[in-house]
Formats: sequence, C-alpha cells, structure tokens
Amino acid sequence: MTAPGQLPAGRIHQVVTPEGVPLPLEVAGAGDRLGAFILDFLIQCAALLVIGLGLSWQGHFSLGEDVVGALYYVLVFLIWTFYFPVFELAWQGQTPGKRILKIRAVDARGGPLSAEAVIARNLSRQVELLLPVLAIASLAMGAWGNLAAIGWLVGFGFLPLFNKDRLRVGDMIAGTIVVKTPAAILLEDLTTRRAAAAHTFTDAQLDVYGIYELQVLESVLRGAGQHGHFEAVQTVAEKIKQKIGWEGPVQDDEVFLQAFYAALRGRLERRMLFGKRRRSKYDRSESAG
Amino acid sequence: MTGPAPSSPAARADPAPHATAVVLKSAAFRAEREASWRELESLLERVQARGLGSLRATELARLPLLYRAALSSLSVARAISLDRALLDYLESLCARAYLVVYGVRKNLREAVADFFARRFPRLLRAHWPHLLLSYGILLAGTWVGFALTRGDLDRFYSFVDAGVAQGRGPSSSTDALRAILYDGEGPAKALKTFAMFLFTHNARVGLLAFAVGFAGGIPAGLLLFVNGLTLGAFAALYDSRGLSLDFWAWILPHGVTELTAVALCGAAGLALGQAVIFPGREERKAGLARRGREAALVALGAVALFFVAGLIEGIFRQLVHSIPIRYAVAGATALLWTAYFLLAGRGGETGSAR
Repeated sequence: MTAPGQLPAGRIHQVVTPEGVPLPLEVAGAGDRLGAFILDFLIQCAALLVIGLGLSWQGHFSLGEDVVGALYYVLVFLIWTFYFPVFELAWQGQTPGKRILKIRAVDARGGPLSAEAVIARNLSRQVELLLPVLAIASLAMGAWGNLAAIGWLVGFGFLPLFNKDRLRVGDMIAGTIVVKTPAAILLEDLTTRRAAAAHTFTDAQLDVYGIYELQVLESVLRGAGQHGHFEAVQTVAEKIKQKIGWEGPVQDDEVFLQAFYAALRGRLERRMLFGKRRRSKYDRSESAG
Repeated sequence: MTGPAPSSPAARADPAPHATAVVLKSAAFRAEREASWRELESLLERVQARGLGSLRATELARLPLLYRAALSSLSVARAISLDRALLDYLESLCARAYLVVYGVRKNLREAVADFFARRFPRLLRAHWPHLLLSYGILLAGTWVGFALTRGDLDRFYSFVDAGVAQGRGPSSSTDALRAILYDGEGPAKALKTFAMFLFTHNARVGLLAFAVGFAGGIPAGLLLFVNGLTLGAFAALYDSRGLSLDFWAWILPHGVTELTAVALCGAAGLALGQAVIFPGREERKAGLARRGREAALVALGAVALFFVAGLIEGIFRQLVHSIPIRYAVAGATALLWTAYFLLAGRGGETGSAR
C-alpha cells in the first residue's frame, strides 16, 4: 500500500533542532544527487557557452584575441569555483539543480548551515571532480597517470554509495548531509467525518488492535479514489468484523471502517495519555511506551 | 459481547445516533492550532518560491514564532495523537521551517567582508603551529633543493618537471635565463599569464589543502617539500650563473604572497591530517568536520592570496624591471601580510571565537 500517510521509503536522518526537538529528514538518494550535479554542470556549460559566443563576437571588433582568451579563462575560473558556493549560500543549501530535484544540503547535526560548511563542501568538490578531469584532459599524464586519475574519480565518485548517509568527502569535511526537501500536505482528520459516529464498539472489541493496525487502517481509508480501494475496504472490513466478533448490521463497509477507526484511535489515544502505548496487536505488555 | 461500554469515547460522544462526529482530544487540538500551521505554510511557500526577501518585516518577525509554535505542536502531537497524516504533516512542516529558519545565516556580501576582516586572520592565528611547520617544510625543501642542485646541476632535471621549467635548464645560455627575468610583454599577454596562473594554481590549492590532508597530513608535508625543492633548484641554477640577485628580485614580489598561500594550504592539509590521526577527545568524524570547515576557510583565503599573487606576477612583474623596486615590493608585501595576520580582527576576539 502506498497511500499518503505512510512512512517514506528512503533512509531517515534524524536531526535535533536547537530547540531540542528531533526531526526526521529523508536522505537524498544517489540518483537525485547525481541528477542535480549533472543539471548544475549543464547550466554552467550553457553559461560558459553563451559567454564564449558573446566574447568571440566581441572579439571581432575592439578587443584583442589575447584579452578575450584571458577574460574567458578568468570567467571559467570564477564560474567553476563560485557557482556552487554562491548558490548554496544565497539559496540556503540549494543550487538550481538541487532546487529542481527538491534536495538540499543541511548541517548534519541540526545546527544552522554555516557559510564555512558551504565553502568546505564545495571547495572539496574541486578536488573530487575537477582535478582528475583536468588531469585527464591535459593529456600530460601518460597512461598510468590517466588510470590513477580515473581511479581517483571513481573512488571519490562512488564513495556516497558506500555509506548510509550518502556522504561524499566534501560532506564529511564540512559536516553536512543532503536531504530531500520535505513536502507538506495536511490531510483531513478522519475522525471528524460524520460517518465516524455511525457505530459503537466495546472496549474489548477495540483492545484487539494496536497503533500499527490503526495506522494501516488509516492508510486504507485515505486511499479513497485509488484503484482497488473498494476491494481493500471490503477485505479489511470483513477481517475486522471477524476478528472482533461484530454481529451488528453494517450498511456500508467504508462507514463501518471509519467508525471503527475513530473509536480505535480514541481508545488508543486515551490510553496513551496514561502512558500506555500499545504498539501493535502482538503487544500484550501494559507498560508505559 | 456486551453492549457499548460508557468509557468508550465514541460512545460518550454519541448519545444519539444522529449526533455530529466524535471529537477526539487530538482532533480538537488540531482544530485549535491549524490556523497557525496554515499561516506558517503559506509563508514557507512564498520563501521557497521567491526567497526570504519577499517577506514583509512583520511576516519575517512572525516566522520564528510560528516555527517554534509548530515545533511545540509537533511535540504535543507526538504525545497525544495517533493520526499518522497529521504527524507526517507536522514533521514535514517543521523540517521545512527549520531549513528556512536555520539556513545560511548571513548574506553573501556580509559573509565575505566578515571573512577578510575577522575570520581569516583569526583562523590563521589559531593555526599558527601548522602554518609555522608548513613554512618550515617549504623552506627546508628549498634549502635542500638549492644545496643538491648546487652540488650537481644535472639534478635540476629531477626536481623540476618540464612543464614548469619551460625550456629553462642547466643547458640554457645565461642570456636566455636572464631574458626570462626581464621579458616585458603587452598588457594583454600579462592578463593571459594571470589567468593561466589562477587556473593552474587553483587546482594546486584544492589538492594541497584537502585531498592530501584527508589522507593524514603526510602527503601535504611531502607536497610542500617538493614545492620547495623546485624553487631551490631554480635558485641554484640562476646562482650558478651569478644571477642570484636578479632571480630573487624576479620571484619575491609575487613569491612572498604565493609561497604564503602555498604554506597556508599546507597548513590546512596538516590540520586536517591532525584531525584524522590525532582526534583527541572528539569523535573522529566530528573532529574532521570541525577542522575541515576551518581548513576550508584557510584554503579559501589562500585562493584570495593566489589571486593577489597572480595579479602581481601577471601585471606588475611584466611592467617593472628595476631590481630595487622589485625588492621593495617584495618587502612591502611581506610586511603587509605579517601585519594583516598579526593584527587584523583583534577587536572583540574573545566574543565570537569558538
């Protein structure tokens, strides 16, 4: 079931905010990271292409060829060096590529993302990527040198695949982590629906289930409109009726489930207030959670 | 199966079948707070679309308040609510707000000004043992390169690779060697030299400061030494032709700045190496992160120094051929950097130093 309201699939990195509240952030996958880098790279190339065309057009008139060449080198240097840090400073950990793919760099321990961290993680990008690429491009290294450069590139490039937080060397040096930008949609509270009061249940009937089952039921109910929703509701309703020994009349399975959800949530939340958190139907301990 | 127990909330709120929906504590809590979440959400959407600057002053002042209110809502919701969708929403809302509230603190121009006026010189003072060691290794390399090449000029070829030598070597004539020290080119060529200088040295900065530091600091020391060897070999070559005075007048005006920058990168690398090998009381990863940020700043400052060195080499040296003026500029830069490193950003140092 992939209804909204279920846990995300990616790895969760927990940061503790300066206020002391733990917040889960989803670690950005290697594909998103690579995609963002490629987008940024293409944007840089496009910028350099436009500038190069502009300069060469200009070169026919007033400026000498040497000056144009020199200007171009300086611009290449400036764009290569400052594209990432300037965007990440100005856009709070995002570059255009990261923005398009909805990921961003944050401080791994939950503090503010400092300017030096942004600079550190991006300066080391030069070492990870630019150096070996330049070395290969310069053709001055010989076969073994090129092999070493490719090894370097591969070694650093694949490093994020070998640690759980997808850190590259720059992230380790700067103490940063790249996460998905969270997207928030507030869904309706199911217990406020009219149907929630359609049936009543006994404590014994409600005590059959725990929090896990409650939230699975929530995701079933929130799946309204999706393909196979009707069948899912029917199956789940049958199962629950059988389990709790329901004998009353049921006109509509969906209404029945909504009423059961509301009653179950009410019961579990009330018990939670007394320190009893029942994790699932297998949780027979009555201790505090 | 008994009848509905009076303790069930559903039963309590449902005296008659046609009554309105059940109101749970968590649902009431949500109804009470939802407006402030929505307000925060709309502010966040605007920040994400058009940046912090798009908020009015009053809205900007509300943002941290709403953020803390949302955090407190999240804490309460975790304790009383089992509505997964609500918890997910609050977690994600808080995370979004957290990223905005605790994003990069300063704006770019402020950060740059603060960096050169305070952070950079302070960091250098904090790294003085590394810097001193780094300078020491560099000078030791220069001395060894000089002494060895003086002993046997053919060793020049083992210390200097062809790209750097640009055809210079023990077989070059004295006139050719002298010509390089005094070739005056047009400003266009000078600018090109400057640009190439930046590009090649930028790579060196990164290499020196980070990669090798990450590997434990020893390669950083080696690189410094090799850098010194090259310089020493050149010095010995010119010394053998009686051009010592001219050579140092040629190298020092930008060399003071450039060698300082090289030493800075080396110091950054050594500091990183220290964090890897001797983590001290800190966890190794945390120590690396802390020192890495500082080392990155040192390296960034070094890039600025390379920039200055590039300007001096590319422009000044092509235009000014007088030996006394060249030495005067070298002395002035040395004095300037020393004063900057020792004196800049002293005021209020205890306040914000970590």
